[in-house]
Amino acid sequence: MTQAPALHSEVEVTPWREYFSFSTDHKVIGIQYLVTSFVFYLIGGVLAELVRTELATPQSDFVPRETYNELFTMHATIMIFLWIIPSLTGGFGNFLVPLMIGARDMAFPKLNAIAFWLIPPTGLLLLLSFFVGPASAGWTSYPPLSLITNKAGEAIWIAGVILLGTSSIMAGLNFLVTILKMRIPSMSLNQMPLFCWAMMATSALQLIATPVLTGAMVLLGFDLLVGTAFFNPTGGGDPIVYQHMFWFYSHPAVYIMILPAFGLISEILPVHARKPIFGYQAIAYSSIAISFLGLIVWAHHMFTSGTPDWLRMFFMIATMVIAVPTGIKVFSWVATVWGGKLNLCSAMLFGMAFVSMFVIGGLSGVMVASVPFDIHVHDTYFVVAHLHYVLFGGSVFGIYAGLYHWFPKMTGRMLNEFWGKVHFVLTFVGFNLCFLPMHVLGLQGMNRRIAEYDPKFATLNMVCTIGSYILAVSTLPFLINAIWSWLGGPQASANPWRGLTLEWTTPSPPPVENFEVEPVLLIGPYDYGRPEALVMTSAANPSLMGKPNSKAETVQPLPSREAEDKEGG
Amino acid sequence: MKVPTAILTLIIGIIITLASLWVSQNNGLMPIAAAAEATEIDRLFAAMMAIATGLFLLVQGALIYSLFAFRRQANDETDAIPVHGNVSLEIVWTAVPAMLVLWLGIYSFDVYQSIDSVGTMGSNHMAHQHGQPTEMQMVTAQTDGSRAQVPGNSLWQRKPKPGAASADVDPLVIKVEGLQYAWLFTYPDTGIIAGELHLPNNRPVTLDINARDVIHAFWVPEFRLKQDAVPGQETHLNFQPSREGTYSVICAELCGAYHGAMKTRAIVHSEADYQAWVDSQVVASQESRTLAMKPLNPIPPSPLQAQAIAHHLPINLEPLGAPGRHETLASVADRQEH
Repeated sequence: MTQAPALHSEVEVTPWREYFSFSTDHKVIGIQYLVTSFVFYLIGGVLAELVRTELATPQSDFVPRETYNELFTMHATIMIFLWIIPSLTGGFGNFLVPLMIGARDMAFPKLNAIAFWLIPPTGLLLLLSFFVGPASAGWTSYPPLSLITNKAGEAIWIAGVILLGTSSIMAGLNFLVTILKMRIPSMSLNQMPLFCWAMMATSALQLIATPVLTGAMVLLGFDLLVGTAFFNPTGGGDPIVYQHMFWFYSHPAVYIMILPAFGLISEILPVHARKPIFGYQAIAYSSIAISFLGLIVWAHHMFTSGTPDWLRMFFMIATMVIAVPTGIKVFSWVATVWGGKLNLCSAMLFGMAFVSMFVIGGLSGVMVASVPFDIHVHDTYFVVAHLHYVLFGGSVFGIYAGLYHWFPKMTGRMLNEFWGKVHFVLTFVGFNLCFLPMHVLGLQGMNRRIAEYDPKFATLNMVCTIGSYILAVSTLPFLINAIWSWLGGPQASANPWRGLTLEWTTPSPPPVENFEVEPVLLIGPYDYGRPEALVMTSAANPSLMGKPNSKAETVQPLPSREAEDKEGG
Repeated sequence: MKVPTAILTLIIGIIITLASLWVSQNNGLMPIAAAAEATEIDRLFAAMMAIATGLFLLVQGALIYSLFAFRRQANDETDAIPVHGNVSLEIVWTAVPAMLVLWLGIYSFDVYQSIDSVGTMGSNHMAHQHGQPTEMQMVTAQTDGSRAQVPGNSLWQRKPKPGAASADVDPLVIKVEGLQYAWLFTYPDTGIIAGELHLPNNRPVTLDINARDVIHAFWVPEFRLKQDAVPGQETHLNFQPSREGTYSVICAELCGAYHGAMKTRAIVHSEADYQAWVDSQVVASQESRTLAMKPLNPIPPSPLQAQAIAHHLPINLEPLGAPGRHETLASVADRQEH
């Protein structure tokens, strides 16, 4: 141990200026994505708090009604396009995928940088639209309403979505090529960490679905600015066609926002449970299944839009089928935790809470897939509750779990565990207080996107608002913890959690070229419990220190799965 | 004494099942059911609640149990017993959800077909339009306006049976128009135009829904039915009120700044009360023909006018109360001045 080179003194810390430059280093870009999107998360959060403050009382008495519509429109737009998608795909995808597959960088580093640098100006543009009155027709921006309210803001919104979509397409292409082409030779697809599988499934969706959204936006832009009538009924257009085009992207977008989080959780649970992931192949292939099925369920957002019956039935069945691969994942995660030796650190708490909260969103998801029931709850707070259980209880809990888990790798510093747990408890309590009552509100008859409501819903809405304030407060311990630890937290070893994926074999933070020498796969990503795993992750083993070749003396290279199969057969 | 795992599993399974069934029947989450269709949808909801509660308890129970039972001992650096998977278990948790969603899909399909709310599935709407008798209507006619719930399975009989001859009750056809920010209900048989939806109890209703400006959505939570009102297209909703009372008609699709205020009432009357209302309206509409005709003017009214029309007509935005109402109109006027 003593002869092991000291990690941090030797690693060149990335100069801070690098983070404000057109860097092509995937790690820098990943952190750029994460920090930028977190800033937008805070902005989107402020908008959400304003919405909840308005809804604290039944009357419309806090902001003007027009402003209220602007607030929730921009809240959703920012949270989806500037927080969850960029942080999960751009942030974690960029930082982790090349490290996990042993690559030195992404396949197209410059494209990667361009994809990132589209985001800050676009985000700024969207925020500046507050000076001219931003889009206020909801993030779905259904015509004809979107064609007649806040035209300037709507035009900016359309431009923003096109630019962010373009960034997303670029990122998707880059990930797909990187994952398929840049793995170290010893890593077959079936030995790839599950996060990479999830990113592969996500990229496919980004590539297939996003161009359709861009198309819809271009047509909507023409209707808005030039007066064409693609969707405008006064000129003979069909507003339902817009809904089809919009949801052809925007339902897969839900999977773009949750599949990478699934991937993160599949990485985090085994490490902190000290157990192999349960059913590797089932989890890997279910990502692909969800990705495919995700493309043929969009019209379940349109069950009350005057769609024909056969279409409603088809999309109902297709949507319900997604519960099967999703259920496989959930059960596999529970089985992974079951019988483990759980290290209940902040990352693990968020990871387990992810499973717990996502299940609620998943179950209500199957319910709203059922057409007769959806006819009742469509456009109500039941749907608001459902989507937040998926996108906050799912995606955001996943992001937090990922941040606690990989912060040491990204920054070379450990986060404070005590404040991490404070953050977790506040988030968990605030989240459930805010969103659980919304199920009841929706079933009882409270519709969404309203600034004023029936006084009989006042009590539950007050509970929701209090919950949202707790959620707002909960970000403070995290923010302070993250900044404090980044600047002066205890230094992190290469492998503080004793993980087996390749990113833990290189120093924290990793050198510019990621690995001193090209790593060789010595053990599967989840082979906890094997004697070799104990040897490799033991603190006394110098092989942690970024010299994978030295491991070859103690641990035999992992035979590929195909070879194992042949032996077995 | 150690209880064998099999018995423990069985006991837990029974407890979860009983709890799920109890929750599905006693959750009280749905508002009053005021239409025959609502009863069907509530039964579907109860079934889904039972399944969801079972799965919820199973997963959360396992997670919470793990949280306490499988906590790592301090200084234990060893790994847990490696289990990579279990094929039979994985087959079970793939097959069981698959069968559950298959069953749920078929059940939902059944319910959807039987409520036939948009009226194309069983060509019920067409049958109504052509005045063909259906057995459902016969059943309805026999209930003499009593509060008795239409039995669930009899909803199947709503599908037209050619050749069935019976005393016919034509569905009451009402034209519904959504506009920023009011609903207008036109009764073609009597020429009544109203800002509130008046319905006779236990008689089939067909709504022909349209929108003047942007997309709205007609929703009465107590009927469990919702249908978008799309400008330039006509959509339909078929249902049968089953309980007298006053309910809210809510616009469920974002339609602009006053979306939250776009509410009116649906009043389900007894047959006699309904007739009395019709008679009073026919007189009233003759007296104030000019006002009543206004919405039919080819020039769409401004939001302010729409509010005024809606206000003058017997609309009472119940939940908002009078002050909110004034505030709405005042702020609209304000905005117009600017």
